[in-house]
Amino acid sequence: MATAEKGVVLLDAWVSPFGQRCRIALAEKAVEYEYSEQNLADKSPLLLKVNPIHKKIPVLIHDGKPVCESLIIVQYIDEVWTKNPLLPSDPYERAKARFWADFVDKKVYECGTKLWKLKGEAQQEAKKEMIEILKLLEGELGDKKYFGGEIFGFVDVALVPFTAWFYAYETCANFSVEAECPKLVAWSKGCMERESVAKSLHDPHKVYEFVCFLKKKFGME
Amino acid sequence: MAGDQELKLLGLWGSPFVMRARIALNLKGVGYEFLEEVLGTKSELLLKSNPVYKKIPVLIHNGKPICESMIIVQYIDEVWATAGPSILPSDPYDRAIARFWAVYIDDKLFPSLRKIVLANADDEETAEAADQVIAGLQLLEEAFEKFSKGKDFFGGESVGCIDIALGCYVGWIKAAEKMAGVKLLDKEKLPLLMGWAERFCSADAVKELMPEVDKLVELGKVLRARLNAAATK
Repeated sequence: MATAEKGVVLLDAWVSPFGQRCRIALAEKAVEYEYSEQNLADKSPLLLKVNPIHKKIPVLIHDGKPVCESLIIVQYIDEVWTKNPLLPSDPYERAKARFWADFVDKKVYECGTKLWKLKGEAQQEAKKEMIEILKLLEGELGDKKYFGGEIFGFVDVALVPFTAWFYAYETCANFSVEAECPKLVAWSKGCMERESVAKSLHDPHKVYEFVCFLKKKFGME
Repeated sequence: MAGDQELKLLGLWGSPFVMRARIALNLKGVGYEFLEEVLGTKSELLLKSNPVYKKIPVLIHNGKPICESMIIVQYIDEVWATAGPSILPSDPYDRAIARFWAVYIDDKLFPSLRKIVLANADDEETAEAADQVIAGLQLLEEAFEKFSKGKDFFGGESVGCIDIALGCYVGWIKAAEKMAGVKLLDKEKLPLLMGWAERFCSADAVKELMPEVDKLVELGKVLRARLNAAATK
């Protein structure tokens, strides 16, 4: 596999919620691209070349030029392929959307990782924190169909991949997202009706299997 | 258009993040009311406007709050798009690169810089943090060469997104050097950044906002003391 001079390539890893954000955005815009699964345990020369600073996926390579960081990639996709805009046109609404997407970035992944990595008291603390985070997000969603209102947008794309991790979080830390945040779960089901989302996310049981594999690998059983 | 509207900025003297918003407003020639918070307390208005993080800066435009410094900068750039130079580049790829570096600066440079400022004299982590800051600045030196294309700023002819993201730390970098006795902005190793820093500090939109380094050192000591006090509770 080579980097096409013209065209779109996505360097990614199947389970990554950050990569899934990009896959969803590309699908929403009906962009044709080459998906390239990366082995993060043995990073390819291409990955190290296009993201020398962080050496992480996802990386979008468009006509040979790399874009890194999932939310930056999603904004790039939104600005280059302008049909079905993900960000609202009003500057204030855009600022709000960026704020909440950034909130998801700052909070959800790190706290989620604590849920499966930690045990006992520390895990209980992480669970409380996760419930708070999800409740804040649910508050922002309100009674809207999507975070973007009627339109599936930037915050929806930022958050929805993490919904495939809910089952893993719930099982590891013993709680129910639906019991705590029913509107958020209803929202995630609504998102799954979109082809872009359904095709990009993995079965939560598969994600849980992956988490169990990670736990074994890090000696956390 | 955006003329007679109500614009307030909640901030704190000495905050690099607040400085970003103020530089952006200056670049656009927009007047605003600066509401200074008191260090150690949070006003009702702040708690109401930023309930999620309870942090400054917060820009309140006609009663509507915008939080997070780089989000505020982009907002200002978009609302006052026709006033003054563009802060973000117009090309989507260039915008992605500008955003990348702004994130890098905040995620990698800032935590290490903060460690140096807040560390006690005998802290072993200071040397490691200093190395990280220098490594980060080295990358930015290379980025400057690429993006400035021989012009004065990362943004080219005028102060742009990366200039604002990095420039707000210049005062604190100098303060950290004094506080910890480390050299971070080395003229030998970072000649382009040194030149850029001087031009940035004297830019019209910036010069009145640049804090005196000695005052920052004093503030740094206050912050350090408060952190130590909290830790021993």
